[in-house]
Amino acid sequence: MTTKPTWTRKDLVGLDSLSAEEITLLLDTAKAFKGVGERNLKKVPALRGKTLVNFFVEPSTRTRTSFELAALRLSADVINVSATVSSLKKGETLKDTAKNFEALLADIIVIRHSSPGAAQFLAERLDASVINGGDGAHEHPTQGLLDVFTMRERFGGIEGLKVAIVGDILFSRVARSNVHALVKLGAEVTLVGPTTLVPKSLESLGVRVTHRLDDVLETTDVINLLRIQHERQRKEYFPSLGEYTALFGLTKARAARLRPDALIMHPGPINRGVEIDSDVADGSRSVILEQVTNGVAVRMAVLYFCAGGAGVQA
Amino acid sequence: MTESKNGEATVVAMDADAIRKAIRRIAHEIIEQNPDLSKVVLAGIPTRGIEVSRRIAEHIEQVEGIRPQTGTVDVSMHRDDLALRNRLTAVESTHLPLDLEGLTVILVDDVLFTGRSCRAAMDAVASFGRPARIQLAALVDRGHRELPIRADYVGRNLPTELSEKIRVRFENLDGVPDSVTVVKP
Amino acid sequence: MKELKITGGRIIDPANQRDEVADLFIRDGRIVEEVSADAEVIDAKGLVVAPGLIDLHVHLREPGQSHKETIGSGTAAAAAGGFTSVVCMPNTSPVADNPATVRWIHERAEQVAKVNVFCTGAITKGLAGEELAPIGSLKNAGVVAITDDGHCVQSHEVMRRALEYARMFDLPLLDHCQDYSLVADGVMHEGEWSVRLGLPGWPRIGEEIIVMRNIMLSELCDVPIHCQHMSSGGSVRLLREARARGVKISGEVCPHHIALTDECLKTYDSNFKMNPPLRTERDIELLLEGIADGTIDILGSDHAPHAAYEKEVEIDHAPFGILGLETEFGAFCDILVHKRKVVDLPRLIALLTMNPAKLLKLDRGTLSTGAVADVTLIDPDLVWTYDVGETFSLSRNTPFHGWEFRGRAVRTIVAGETVWKL
Repeated sequence: MTTKPTWTRKDLVGLDSLSAEEITLLLDTAKAFKGVGERNLKKVPALRGKTLVNFFVEPSTRTRTSFELAALRLSADVINVSATVSSLKKGETLKDTAKNFEALLADIIVIRHSSPGAAQFLAERLDASVINGGDGAHEHPTQGLLDVFTMRERFGGIEGLKVAIVGDILFSRVARSNVHALVKLGAEVTLVGPTTLVPKSLESLGVRVTHRLDDVLETTDVINLLRIQHERQRKEYFPSLGEYTALFGLTKARAARLRPDALIMHPGPINRGVEIDSDVADGSRSVILEQVTNGVAVRMAVLYFCAGGAGVQA
Repeated sequence: MTESKNGEATVVAMDADAIRKAIRRIAHEIIEQNPDLSKVVLAGIPTRGIEVSRRIAEHIEQVEGIRPQTGTVDVSMHRDDLALRNRLTAVESTHLPLDLEGLTVILVDDVLFTGRSCRAAMDAVASFGRPARIQLAALVDRGHRELPIRADYVGRNLPTELSEKIRVRFENLDGVPDSVTVVKP
Repeated sequence: MKELKITGGRIIDPANQRDEVADLFIRDGRIVEEVSADAEVIDAKGLVVAPGLIDLHVHLREPGQSHKETIGSGTAAAAAGGFTSVVCMPNTSPVADNPATVRWIHERAEQVAKVNVFCTGAITKGLAGEELAPIGSLKNAGVVAITDDGHCVQSHEVMRRALEYARMFDLPLLDHCQDYSLVADGVMHEGEWSVRLGLPGWPRIGEEIIVMRNIMLSELCDVPIHCQHMSSGGSVRLLREARARGVKISGEVCPHHIALTDECLKTYDSNFKMNPPLRTERDIELLLEGIADGTIDILGSDHAPHAAYEKEVEIDHAPFGILGLETEFGAFCDILVHKRKVVDLPRLIALLTMNPAKLLKLDRGTLSTGAVADVTLIDPDLVWTYDVGETFSLSRNTPFHGWEFRGRAVRTIVAGETVWKL
């Protein structure tokens, strides 16, 4: 008899550091937690008496709400704290702020921050469980997990799956977390986008890079479109949203060339008419809303493992 | 008592035949207690409670020609001792009919020990709805209850020391003949 | 009259091409031919007797940032590293872009410094890269070079005029080579690791393009430019070609750029964050080649202390830089002489004495008769472990805590006075 895989980590900082077994463990358990959302009473007592702090140093509605719902369904208490990088820079340091949460006896800190490594920074310094809710362009592990969960639910497995991730890969934490999980689980990942946003050096992550969306449309099982944030980006990376859409947008014509069972994904919020045509976003192959539902289940699994047991607490 | 390969002392408490007879007796008692078998759901507690409930359902079907509904109840997310556990394993999905109104849910486990799994399972069932009754069936009752819980159907009462472990093996899951063994510390 | 006799050591004095076991004599702080029989004796058997080491790239942080370092603490660290002279950078508060600040530093050093402190002055006012600092007055106040270190003059026009103007005063220019538009908010080397860690890249080209600019302007204006802390292999190639043509361009390498790579940042530890950044094994090889063939003929530390609370923040908010003085000689000797065998010991000593002295026209860096008796005694085979808990610096920001090095200065003598010994 083989021993069951177990979870031994206090924190979830990224998927790069997880093994395929650990990722599978999270996904399997997320499936069970998805079932909780379908019950009459959508609440289990697993984290009763625990306190979760949603510490968002960068605005986010959907990730924060999803973590909050996940925590509530596990019977944890939740407080939301928002800050800005500028307020942190002027006053308390990140370390001091987080130490204050711990002094208030928080058990779990979900951190969203514009600095890569911010979650790891806290995880190394706090006894509380630290969950990365997105750190700069580094990782967004729960988004990566929920994307992979959604693919696995549809296709049954990840091994050999052809996944195209399209857009601003260089600055995307969603892309990195997706890549790490997918590569570990045996998918064939292709990153697609302009040369300025999808440099060749990304191939060191174990993926293929192409600058022609048309090359992957007919073969890909999944197309995951990232939000293009031209307003926030330095303008030298591409000339205009119009040109981006012309080259890399999932237009109706391009969507028609996708396989009938291909999945269209997007981490949201979507820019209708930019990276994805509005009708395509609402079409039958789009699983954008399922991703949102699955996000809660995945986050429940993460919170359950990181904060549920005794042995993992430092 | 035998000495196994890794040096632990074990005593076989039930062999394949004893297990078969115990399951048959539980099945008959369930039939007796529940005249309307269409209103019975056998809910196995992972991992081996699921196998016990499958075998009970199979036996009932052989005798009565009607197979009661089966489901599974994973208790890990309902446990009250989660924070005491060192290492967590995967949580299995719970499958129960969504409307439990008027049904009798029989929780099925391989070993009844402290009663905490059973309490957690009752919690889990309650989150699905309000069944008419919840009953409990166990292949082995080894004593040492920590909660006011009693099984309605018991395959074998097996007095044990607290320090001993009970190991249940099923041929179709574990690749070794059906057995219940007591493992001495 | 104070007399000193250092006996039985291997005297290595590259300026005089001297390498022999002999006694060295000192009277009243100068090297002399002989001393009387009752001179104090230092037994240097088994040790190397070298000219006092010179570090031409040090941040002493005073005035204005005395929570990081002071002239007293920084020079104590220098002494403990075997350095008898340091050249301090002008990015203090206020900036050393005016004679008053330079004089203040000199006076302060007079009172508290353990070793010689040579000042540099700013190229531009406030290091802003726009208006020239009063370079003539700075020269009068005693600066040995001009530099905007920590900053880089972006306007080629400003740089050209600064060089032309500096030529009047026979001052070399030290440049921190960084193109701001190419580097932008870069935190670490642009490559596989920056991609993995999601950190903004600091590409090689951001250094190389300024090295190239400096070569062209040095040639145009006929003023020596010294490119500080070279990190990119490509910069070495540019320097090599230009020097072969006779351009007055030089480059310096710091220990961290040949000891560490960008992979060290994988835990987001800000003690590995420096500017320019740690690069790759390939860059290290090219830097070592440059040292081996003489393209790089000066070594420095870029000793850059920062308080723990300043460093212990988000990696992209943390300041650049690490301590250097105490580990510098050990790291260079260990890597360049012992492990990679890039240079021999006399050559290493030349890179840390004669060559920087020549660039900055310091009356130091040699054991010639009549020279100021700055002497460093070195045990080139001593294996030791760096413990930052025992540092003389006020700061602790080092990536080398717990590192083992082979080779160490064991006694530092400034003008005939022992200022530190192991």
